[in-house]
Amino acid sequence: MNESIETGTGLNTEDMTISVGPQHPSTHGVLRFVVKTDGEVISEAIPDVGYLHRSIEKIGEKVTYHGYVPYTDRADYLAAMFANQAFCMAAEKLAGTEVTRRGEFCRVIACELNRIASHLISVGTFGQDIGAMTPFVHALRERETINNLMEEICGARLTYNYIRIGGVGYDIVPETCAKIGAFVDHFEPIVDEFNRLLSGNKIFIERLAGVAVVSREDAFSYNLVGPNLRGSGVKWDIRRDIPYSVYPELEFDVPIGTAHVGMLGDSFDRYWVRIREMEESCRILRQCLKMIPKGPAISKVPRKFRPPAGECYARVEAPRGDMGFYVVSDGSEYPYRVRIRTGSYTAMSIIDKLSKGIMLADLIALIGSLDVDAPEIDR
Amino acid sequence: MHAQEIYAALEQQFPGKVSDLKAEVLEPYLTVDGASIVEICRFLRDRSGMDFEVLSDLTSLDWPKEEKIQVVYHLFSYTHNHQIVLKVDLPRDNPKVATVESVWKVANWFEREVYDLFGVIFDGHSDLRRIMLPEDWTGYPLRKDYVEQEEYDGISTQRAPLVEKLLR
Repeated sequence: MNESIETGTGLNTEDMTISVGPQHPSTHGVLRFVVKTDGEVISEAIPDVGYLHRSIEKIGEKVTYHGYVPYTDRADYLAAMFANQAFCMAAEKLAGTEVTRRGEFCRVIACELNRIASHLISVGTFGQDIGAMTPFVHALRERETINNLMEEICGARLTYNYIRIGGVGYDIVPETCAKIGAFVDHFEPIVDEFNRLLSGNKIFIERLAGVAVVSREDAFSYNLVGPNLRGSGVKWDIRRDIPYSVYPELEFDVPIGTAHVGMLGDSFDRYWVRIREMEESCRILRQCLKMIPKGPAISKVPRKFRPPAGECYARVEAPRGDMGFYVVSDGSEYPYRVRIRTGSYTAMSIIDKLSKGIMLADLIALIGSLDVDAPEIDR
Repeated sequence: MHAQEIYAALEQQFPGKVSDLKAEVLEPYLTVDGASIVEICRFLRDRSGMDFEVLSDLTSLDWPKEEKIQVVYHLFSYTHNHQIVLKVDLPRDNPKVATVESVWKVANWFEREVYDLFGVIFDGHSDLRRIMLPEDWTGYPLRKDYVEQEEYDGISTQRAPLVEKLLR
C-alpha cells in the first residue's frame, strides 16, 4: 500500500519525460524538446536542435562571393531578404563597394515587405498554436499578396536572391511600385481587423499575459534581439541605432513592450511589438515609394569579386532581430570564413530557463512568442 | 569609446594580457591571453564607461598554416553603442579556453556550437555536448582540413556525381 496515501500527505507522483517534436505543429520546422514534467508543470525543457543543419557556413568557404548569395536565402527562409542584405553589406564593406541610391531604396522596400510577411507568419501561427484558427488564415491571405509582389519584384516567392553585391538584381518598375502602394493602403486597415480578431481577444490575452516573463537583464545575458528584446522594454533597433542603408532618412518609431495587459516582457508584449512593427513597416514603405530616386539599381561590380584581406561584421535588423554576418576574407575569390549569427539561435537558448515551472501548454505559447524559426537556428 | 581607449584601459588593468590592437580596420580587434579571458570579459561588462552588456557573437577561425585556432568574441554595448572584438589564439592540436558562461549566459550555446564544429574545449562549461551534429559524429567540420567520414550509422555520406547519375 502506498504510504503517502495512507498518511494523507498527498499522492506519490513520478516525473514524466516527454519528447515534443521533432514533428510537432507548434515547432514550425523541425526541432525537438525533451520535457520533464510533474503532471502538467514543466520542470525542465531541453531543446534538441540540429535537424536542419545544412552547413551553410561551410558552403560559404567553397563558393565565390556572388555565388554565396542564393545560399544565404536558406538561412532563414521566412526572411530571406535580410540574410541577402547582411551578407552583401559585409562583402561591400570589405571591398569598399558603393551601392547605388536606387538600389538602397529597392532593398529597403523589399526588406520591409519581407518583414511584414515574416511577422504575419509569426503572429498567425502563434494564434493557431494557442487555438485560434481563423487569424492564421487571414494572415496567410495577406502574405499571399506579398508573395505575389515579391514574385513581381524578383521572380521568386520565398528564396529571393534579390539583393546582390552593389545593389539589387532587378529594378522595381513603376507598375510594381503602384501595386505596393495599393497593398499598403489595403493592409493598414487589415492590422486593425487583426487586432479586433486576435489581439483584443480575451482568451488570447489570458493565455499570454504574464506568461514567460523575460527581464531586461536576462534579455541582455541571453542576448535576445529584435522584437524579443524590445518586448522587454529595451528601445533598441539596429535600423535606428547602428544606421545602415537609407534608414537614417526615413521616419519610423521603435515599438517596445508596454505591459498594457500583463507584465513587461511577457509573451503578449513580444507579440504586440510584432503587430506594431508591421504598422511601422507600412510607414517606411510609403516614404520609400515617395522618395525612390531614378538611376541604376546596381553599381558596377567586377565578376571576379576579390575583397582585400580583412574581416567584417555586418548587422541588419531582421524580423527575428540582429542578424550578423561575420565574413573573413584572405584576399581570394572565396570567403575564408562566413559566420551567420541569428536571432533564433540565442532565443532558443533561453527556453530552457523560461520553461521551468510553467505549464506544458504554455511552452507552446513561449516558443511562438519568441518566434524561433528552426532553419535559422541550425543554418 | 574608441578601441584605443578600451585597449589602454585593459592594458592598465591587465598588464601583459592584451596585445596586438588593430584599430585601423573595419572592426577593431585585439588579442587577449586565453588564461585571463573571463576576468577581462567581466571587467568589460561591469566597468562603467565600457558596459558591454551583450556578447553579440562568439565564433572561431581556423588557421592551419599558423597552427592556431582563434576564438573570436564580438562584444557590444547598448548603453554606449560601441563594439570591440576580442581574439584568443589557441594551439591547433589542443585548443582549450575557459568558458565565459559566467559572464554572459548566451555563451553556453555559442560555445557548444564552436565545440561541435571546431573542437575547441571550453573549460568549466556546464553542458559541453555537440549541438548541431549527432553525439557520435567524428571530426570537426568547420576546420579547414576536415574530411567527411565515409559513412555514418551505415548510411553512406558519398554521392555519385550528378552527370554519371544522368548517364546511367
